[in-house]
Amino acid sequence: MQQYYRYNTYPGKKKAERSGRYEYLDEAAIADKLVDFKNEEVTVVTFYIPAIHCSSCIWLLEHLYKLNTAVVRSQSDFMKKQVNVTFKHGELSLRDLVALLENIGYAPKITLQDVIKSARKFSQRGLVAKIAVAGFCFGNSMMLSFPEYFGMAAFEAKYATFFGWMNFAFTLPVLLYSGRDYFTSAWHSLRQRQLNLDVPLALGIAVLFARTAWEVFSGSGPGFSDTLCGLVFFLLVGRWVQQRTYHHISFERDYRSYFPVAVTHIVAGVMKPIPLADIRVGDRLLVRNGEIVPADAILLKGNADIDFSFVTGESEPVRKVLGEVIYAGGRQLGEAIELEVMKTVSQSYLTRLWNNEAFKPHERKFRTFSNVVSRYFTLALLTIAVSAMSYWFFQGNSAKAWGAFTAVLIIGCPCALALSGPFTLSAALSIFDRNRFYVKNTAAIEQLAAIDCLVFDKTGTISSPNAARMHFDGELTADELAMAVSVAQNSSHPLSRALVSWGGSVTPMRVSGFREVTGKGIEAIVAGHDVRLGGGAFVGVRHADNAAQGSRVYVAIDGQVKGCLVASQPWRPQLAGVMDSLATDYELHLVSGDHDRDKEQLRAVFPRKSDLLFNRLPIEKLEYIRTLQAAGKEVCMFGDGLNDAGALKQANLGVAVSDDINNFSPGCDAVLDGRSFALLPRFFAFAKAVRKVIHMSFGISLMYNAVGLSFAVMGTMSPLFAAVLMPLSTVTIISFTTVATRLYAVKKQLINNVS
Amino acid sequence: MSAIFFLIGCSVFIALIFLAAFFWANKTGQHDDTYTPSIRMLFDDEVEEIEDKVRNPADTEKAVK
Repeated sequence: MQQYYRYNTYPGKKKAERSGRYEYLDEAAIADKLVDFKNEEVTVVTFYIPAIHCSSCIWLLEHLYKLNTAVVRSQSDFMKKQVNVTFKHGELSLRDLVALLENIGYAPKITLQDVIKSARKFSQRGLVAKIAVAGFCFGNSMMLSFPEYFGMAAFEAKYATFFGWMNFAFTLPVLLYSGRDYFTSAWHSLRQRQLNLDVPLALGIAVLFARTAWEVFSGSGPGFSDTLCGLVFFLLVGRWVQQRTYHHISFERDYRSYFPVAVTHIVAGVMKPIPLADIRVGDRLLVRNGEIVPADAILLKGNADIDFSFVTGESEPVRKVLGEVIYAGGRQLGEAIELEVMKTVSQSYLTRLWNNEAFKPHERKFRTFSNVVSRYFTLALLTIAVSAMSYWFFQGNSAKAWGAFTAVLIIGCPCALALSGPFTLSAALSIFDRNRFYVKNTAAIEQLAAIDCLVFDKTGTISSPNAARMHFDGELTADELAMAVSVAQNSSHPLSRALVSWGGSVTPMRVSGFREVTGKGIEAIVAGHDVRLGGGAFVGVRHADNAAQGSRVYVAIDGQVKGCLVASQPWRPQLAGVMDSLATDYELHLVSGDHDRDKEQLRAVFPRKSDLLFNRLPIEKLEYIRTLQAAGKEVCMFGDGLNDAGALKQANLGVAVSDDINNFSPGCDAVLDGRSFALLPRFFAFAKAVRKVIHMSFGISLMYNAVGLSFAVMGTMSPLFAAVLMPLSTVTIISFTTVATRLYAVKKQLINNVS
Repeated sequence: MSAIFFLIGCSVFIALIFLAAFFWANKTGQHDDTYTPSIRMLFDDEVEEIEDKVRNPADTEKAVK
């Protein structure tokens, strides 16, 4: 490696440099928000670099100091694809550092999200420390409890007290440090007048501790300290597994990640980068090729071809003329344009759409199985405990009454129950992940199983932007076709290439005077004829169908329009099959923002009773979902683009279908990679199977509880019994859920081999 | 038999030292990235500059032969 770069001083591939792209990093206001640490001499900054993919990347990034002496130290994190760089800001500016990284092919991804990084930091360190303490105490108290379980001779009795006190000492850090989260969570839940699963857990832990303390202080018994430590240890390990499974899907993206951090502001002819938040109405902005229009603005200069795929999902650029309004979220393709801001960023169309009440960043309230169960569980547990206690009081045996009461709360502690959900669901989550279906959290999987109505958007969802199917409106002779294809061959525009492939094999003719008007069309002389290909306006069609623009190419020869090539909506290959297998169990509907030129084709694909709605505004889509929900449906919405965001969020489950996973829409509960669209029926079936696994594991855990409780209410539960039963039930549940989930995944053909 | 008190005290003390060591490792972020260091250790050390001076065109030719 070392030698490779020694012999080859100049890296093989050089990125096209775009001057001024990182100018905004010179602005102190922006730079300060990006850096982690800064003193008089050095600055520390962490970049997210998506390009990291092999050990050579690590080598190169960790040897930055060789490329530039101002870099003191750089350390990469392969799994998170991050690089932490320490550099002397006296010799190297942040902007130059970023430019350096880009030059060697590792352009960092800098978005507003980095600037607003408050919620981004995720650390398991605290949890790991708690597990360590719990594990330490668990092991030691286990060791000290063994003599008690094996029985001790009378002369060893003095040790029993000593062991008891030692054990008690070990429970203290577990209770006060490791188990603290359960108490706070239970307390919050009670304050909101709800009973989540943490309530009986916290209750169980508290009672365990109280009884242990009492037995040790009064010298009446060994207590349950090893059970308590073990319980907390297993619970924390379960929580750790759960967090680890899905923290890598950094789902905390919002619409801000679509916008560039800074924009170029033009004041009196001088360009200056300013932070997004500083944009004012009336500002003049420069938007270059590939940049996103940050706010609603009027086009002042240049040819705007705006790609609104972020907003509408339509990938065909929209042509805008001078004086027209360009809405925020569009991406300029082609030359640089100048805009005048009409509305500041926060009031923009997108943000307004966002701020609609349905988009409010409220906590999505899924009614998960364990939430429902835990309410009844806690009540039932308390009832049993109190009735057992009152029974023994009635019998006049107050010691046994307290014994039974605490034993019920201890043995009823839903440790296995608390673990079954997280373990099953996180296993399912990783299986979905592997099949390119990225579900936001475990609750969404349970929601997936409850869905009975599916609503699809059209563009980008059931149609794929990759493979187009075409037909020609009008008539072309073989000669004319040859002419059109010969001209189209000169252009790299997707539609030109589409025309070439549609034309098939024709003998190319000599072309002269070729001219391409970016975004409009192409023109050339072939065999003495003037051939023009392009949009309606370019070839001279008077009544061009504006709605269909971008998906059709007009062909004109000698000023006479011969017809046009229509690229019809290319459906995803397995669409009919997917709809067929879903139709038996689900209600299917279509809501599209497009016009209804494909209605007939879709009618054939969708079941007869489906609604096919076209020309819907985003707000109407949202209303439609709401109507379905009012009719008692559990609605799952499939869509893409920001204008579906409302509907996605309103739906019980919003799934964004994306062919480029980086472009997914916020506000959704899951992201489906377009390539996995055909697996949809399997995903739904698997989600239902997962729910079944949870129910079964819940049944098993209840069985354990029933056995334990029957001893507990008799007041005959020994500490040894509790110490064996509780880990045993936990281990059973964990292994059952893991095995069962995998088996179902194999059965549904979501993983290939049982390994 | 009272040696047991001493021995248990010792064992707990040693265990506490390990716990403290684990805490230190955890706090300094040694568990944050468990993959990159395994690759980093495989990188070659700095190659001595002398090697370059020794290696002249004649040597390379010999090596080829």
